[in-house]
Amino acid sequence: MPVHPYIPNSDPEVKKEMLRALGVKDAEELFAVIPEKIRFRKNLNLPPSTPEYEVRRHVEQILAKNKNSNEMLTFVGGGCWPHYVPAVCDEINSRSEFLTAYTGDVYSDLGRFQALFEFQSMIGELVGMDAVTFPTYDWPTAAGDALRMAAILTGRHEILVPKTINPDRLSVMSNFSGSLARIKHVGYDRQTGQMSLEDLKSKISTNTAAVYIENPSYLGFIETDCKEIGEIAHDKGALFLVGVEPLSLGILAPPGEYGADIVCGEGQPLGVHMSYGGGSLGFLGCHDDERYLSATGHRLISITKTKREGEWGFTFVLPERSMYTGRDKSACITGTSTILWAITGAVYLSLLGPKGIKELAETIMKNSYYTIKRLSEINGVRVPLFNSPHFEEYTVNFDKTRRSVREVNKALMKFGIQGGKDISSEFPELGSTALYCTTELHTREDIDKLGSALDEVLR
Amino acid sequence: MGGKVGLKGTDGKEIIQKARELGATQASPARAVEALQRLLPLKVEFELITYPFDMGEEEAIHCGFEPKVVGRIQQGATSAADTRAAAKEMLSLHVDLILFVGGDGTARDVYESVGKSIPALGVPAGVKIHSGVFGVNPGKAGELAAKFLRGETKLQDAEVMDVDEEAFRIGRLSAKLYGYLRVPYEEELIQSAKGGSSTILDEKMSQQTIADYVVELMEEDWYYVLGPGTTVKAVADRLGATKTLLGVDVVHGGKTVASDVNEEQLLRLIEGRKVKIIVSPIGQQGFIFGRGNQQISPKIIRKVGVENIWVIATRNKLSSIQVGRPFLVDTGEEDVNKMLSGYRRIITGYKEEVVAKVAA
Amino acid sequence: MEDTVKVVEREMAYRAVAWNEPIIYQLSRSGRRGSMVSRPDEKVNATVGHVLSKIPEKLRRKSLPKLPELSEPEVVRHYIRLSQQNYGVDSGISVGVGTCTMKYSPKVNEALVRSPKLAEIHPLQDEETVQGALEIMYRLGKWLCEISGMDEFSMQPRGGAHAVLTNARIIRKYHELKGELDQRNEMITTVLSHPCNGAAPAATGFKVITLYPDETGIPNVEALKAAVSKHTAGLMMTNPYDTGVFDKNIVKYIKIIHEAGGLAAIDQANANSILGRLRIGDVGADLCHFNLHKSFSTPHGSAGPGSAPIGVKKELSKFLPVPVVAYDGTKYYLDYNRPHTIGKTAGFYGVIPNVVRAYAWIMSMGEEGLKETSEVAVVNNNYLIQKLLKIRGVTLPWNESHPRRLQEARFSLQKMKEETGIGVDGLNRRIVDFGIQRCFLAHEPPIVPEPFTPEPPESNSKEDLDQFAWAIQRISDEAYSTPEIVLNAPHNCAITEVDSSPSKDPKKWALTWRAYLKKHG
Repeated sequence: MPVHPYIPNSDPEVKKEMLRALGVKDAEELFAVIPEKIRFRKNLNLPPSTPEYEVRRHVEQILAKNKNSNEMLTFVGGGCWPHYVPAVCDEINSRSEFLTAYTGDVYSDLGRFQALFEFQSMIGELVGMDAVTFPTYDWPTAAGDALRMAAILTGRHEILVPKTINPDRLSVMSNFSGSLARIKHVGYDRQTGQMSLEDLKSKISTNTAAVYIENPSYLGFIETDCKEIGEIAHDKGALFLVGVEPLSLGILAPPGEYGADIVCGEGQPLGVHMSYGGGSLGFLGCHDDERYLSATGHRLISITKTKREGEWGFTFVLPERSMYTGRDKSACITGTSTILWAITGAVYLSLLGPKGIKELAETIMKNSYYTIKRLSEINGVRVPLFNSPHFEEYTVNFDKTRRSVREVNKALMKFGIQGGKDISSEFPELGSTALYCTTELHTREDIDKLGSALDEVLR
Repeated sequence: MGGKVGLKGTDGKEIIQKARELGATQASPARAVEALQRLLPLKVEFELITYPFDMGEEEAIHCGFEPKVVGRIQQGATSAADTRAAAKEMLSLHVDLILFVGGDGTARDVYESVGKSIPALGVPAGVKIHSGVFGVNPGKAGELAAKFLRGETKLQDAEVMDVDEEAFRIGRLSAKLYGYLRVPYEEELIQSAKGGSSTILDEKMSQQTIADYVVELMEEDWYYVLGPGTTVKAVADRLGATKTLLGVDVVHGGKTVASDVNEEQLLRLIEGRKVKIIVSPIGQQGFIFGRGNQQISPKIIRKVGVENIWVIATRNKLSSIQVGRPFLVDTGEEDVNKMLSGYRRIITGYKEEVVAKVAA
Repeated sequence: MEDTVKVVEREMAYRAVAWNEPIIYQLSRSGRRGSMVSRPDEKVNATVGHVLSKIPEKLRRKSLPKLPELSEPEVVRHYIRLSQQNYGVDSGISVGVGTCTMKYSPKVNEALVRSPKLAEIHPLQDEETVQGALEIMYRLGKWLCEISGMDEFSMQPRGGAHAVLTNARIIRKYHELKGELDQRNEMITTVLSHPCNGAAPAATGFKVITLYPDETGIPNVEALKAAVSKHTAGLMMTNPYDTGVFDKNIVKYIKIIHEAGGLAAIDQANANSILGRLRIGDVGADLCHFNLHKSFSTPHGSAGPGSAPIGVKKELSKFLPVPVVAYDGTKYYLDYNRPHTIGKTAGFYGVIPNVVRAYAWIMSMGEEGLKETSEVAVVNNNYLIQKLLKIRGVTLPWNESHPRRLQEARFSLQKMKEETGIGVDGLNRRIVDFGIQRCFLAHEPPIVPEPFTPEPPESNSKEDLDQFAWAIQRISDEAYSTPEIVLNAPHNCAITEVDSSPSKDPKKWALTWRAYLKKHG
């Protein structure tokens, strides 16, 4: 057996000493607890022990085959959006005290508790809620939890969602709420994209646990009737759930102010690198009400005092609400969450501040509208499909150009441009449509490049 | 904020005498002091009422309290009768909490005097304690009393167990369920929750989930024989049917058709009908049959059939009976005991069961 | 005891950084800002005009969100200070935190995942532009198959509980496809498995039947037989257990389950002790999962993000969440063509940075290194057990049946509690005074009274173990002689004892600063 740099006791002398203390000749004796007939006695078909230089070179060579979004112009969003990550965010989340900690108590790990509380506080301000839970994996899983909460709180088993919902997100939500709630679609207006209030009224009943909307919608437009939707839900005793992209809240009203009972969303735009979809963070806020908090599947912390005057501490809230909370059991809540990203989100929002997030949201919206204007000048392109205000994403239709989104995107690639998400199969009724995204990353020149590239491609 | 606490000391004259002869010092006073010390910080906020001399007055003064002393006793020669009188006196004075020091016998005396009409809590000073009404140790009992006075705890029904005198007379030592006291409750402070100091699911909530599930499984045309205990009562509550806490009742079609039946009445009721028996383990040792539900005799068990018995228990109950130990049955007939033994499924929540060992 | 004096001196000198740092809102000063935001140029402004007016008035934010207003150096200082008041594996001894496998996270892996070549790729980029990411995902999948004996892996789940939930859904779909879902509505688990092995099937609609251990610390096979019937969908359990015990009945369990028509999902969170020595797929498991942030060294991140790939036998491949990474001989691609997939259990494809870290770690360790990992983990643990058992008040439940454990052991401090009034709560508040991380107790429901569960993975030195044992000994000595010092701990930490009364009091608790101001203003 080799001595390995990550294994201090692989040093044979030390190991011998320890085995002697155990009264054992060979470590193999310790494995006698595993029945011999199921022991694996062969060699694994894996590379040999490798020095760091070679590991690094090998992995970097593989990663070099990737083209990152800085090397191209990336106009795609769809649940993960390209934003600028301030250097301070990386600085703080690479501190090993945060990076390599796990579940220490508040005495040794005060830092992560406080940073998390600060993150929760900032999210609370953005979404207009007094209670925010521990973060979860991403928006889809946070939404899944919101659905479960609604079912538990109302005792009802049907959830209404817009037909314009992100289908991947819906799949996750179904898997989470599975046995507790049936999900039904509510139609949308073909002109505006907005959820059809008529269809909603016809579908809502006393079986409805909640109505869930996304604002902005997956298809990029702002659901302007959100307040009315909430009222319709409440009239029938159902809850109103809203999913959000947090940067939009720099200029949009917080859902807590237009009637939401639970707000969930994606924290990736808050300083987390995209990492091929591996950087994500789901947040959830709700009424500061005992019934709501009892129904959530996530851990909860509160700020508190300590024995020493003027000192802050933190404590878990309703800790006995564990995995066995009665008939409607939440998914497991202990263990891993996405705290490192929550800490990052707190840093990001602190850097932005109130004016910063407003300016950022404005910039995003302006850039989007500039792109919309530019693309609408191209023959055959219809953008956006819906006559509603948009924020960061918008539908671009290519029907009249007689090209599929796939073809257009492949052609754009040659210009070093990543086109929008192909949603033709998700929404066949919308024809050859892509979901484009513009953020603060895109300069006017970038957008003009997209414009001229498309001009070329669609000639 | 404010309250009155009645303090009690106890133990029969002969036992104390015997203990002194054997050289034992009376442990109760020291235990009482340990518990009372935890209440000292609240001294000005409540009134301490106690009985004279070594039934509470001495210990209270020793601690630094200025108790109000009521009642009359013969110093150094007190008995269970005095305990019961004291408890009744505290009841008439409308104290907020009776804090008593002793063992199962004392708990039973207090129970027989006040039932569940006022909260009570035991400071352990007995040899073997089967009842669930005692603090983990004297200090913790005092802490729990303090928390109760500050309004920081909830109340829960806890089992009062004591020696089964009838059995004792014929030479068998076993404990019997006598009733329930309303006891302040906090997981790591009360003795019944033996399973460890980490957070434990709320007992009432557990019982409700069990009740939800059992009621879902019940069918219109069956008769259900319900044994004693709070968990089984939760099932009846869920149905909206009345249920005696200590007796065996029968429900059918969601309604109680017989209350507190004896074996004879039960036999007549089940004749020619589809019957299921629902029971819950009793006491610290987890007797499923044989302690407090002897009305469900071996004859009845045979008639109903082992496969028609539902055993229900909360996870807390499972933890309080030491893990690895089986639940027990003691119907009096060996072959019925055998039929009931082995690995059984026990309902512990909504759509939740545990496989546990049952032994005679 | 060699070097004990040095250890003592070092331990007793520990003082945590205590900044008494305010909540960031208290540092906020109106007008300050921490970043400048890029603005569109005049041409864009001129072209689009006043975009905000496109938003209906009722939906426009009336007032700026209350976020902190600080300059960049102030933000940096605040969070650096918070980081100094946190404790990672890199900070010191985390041997106490069992079941979490707190091993060293190699720094080279950090350098790799922060490369823009991974950090700045978008999940919906054209597959030709992300061949590198796909290749590593694919290769890691193959390596995990080799290590586990399973046939295919999905990287999608983000944590152990998530993985078990995904596996429960696969089991459900399997029976649904066979038309037996109505009949097969029961899932069996064991109480010493991680509780998600019971919670996940419950959340998926199954009735859950839990087996308790008998006096030997593992369930009796007869108990499983009593639980199995035509209603059985499967068995979900952890092996090796969090108690460090290996359930040797596993082969019998799997056989009984298979005979009954069910599937067996064996949680491999504790794989660290069996790497290269046991492949759960060979033992008959149909499904499993690994926690990359446990056995495979990815950092815990203060509690995430983690990553927990699930592995299945080929009959179950068709149910895996989509997409799965596939290779057609020339290129890698995302395969969505799985008509029987359970769908998705998380957005996109998984925590790719952790996939890369795990891949690099496995390569660094190599075949022999994995075997060395499990060997040293087990030697470390047993060495630690014999040291701890010498300490007054500490016992090891099921010691007679299982004197030797695998990666960790669950001790009990019940004896100390009965004799001194001090139990695991006191232990954990005092041990941090020595600059050592607290102990993990046990999962719900409590089986062992006053439990604590240390786990010394292979990246701990013998000196670490001696030091940890010294601390437990020290606390025992204090408990039996001068208990007040334990009862009033911690003394050397960033803060003193917290007031936990808000924990259950809606009038007191405040999960956000705004809630705090409203209630305690």
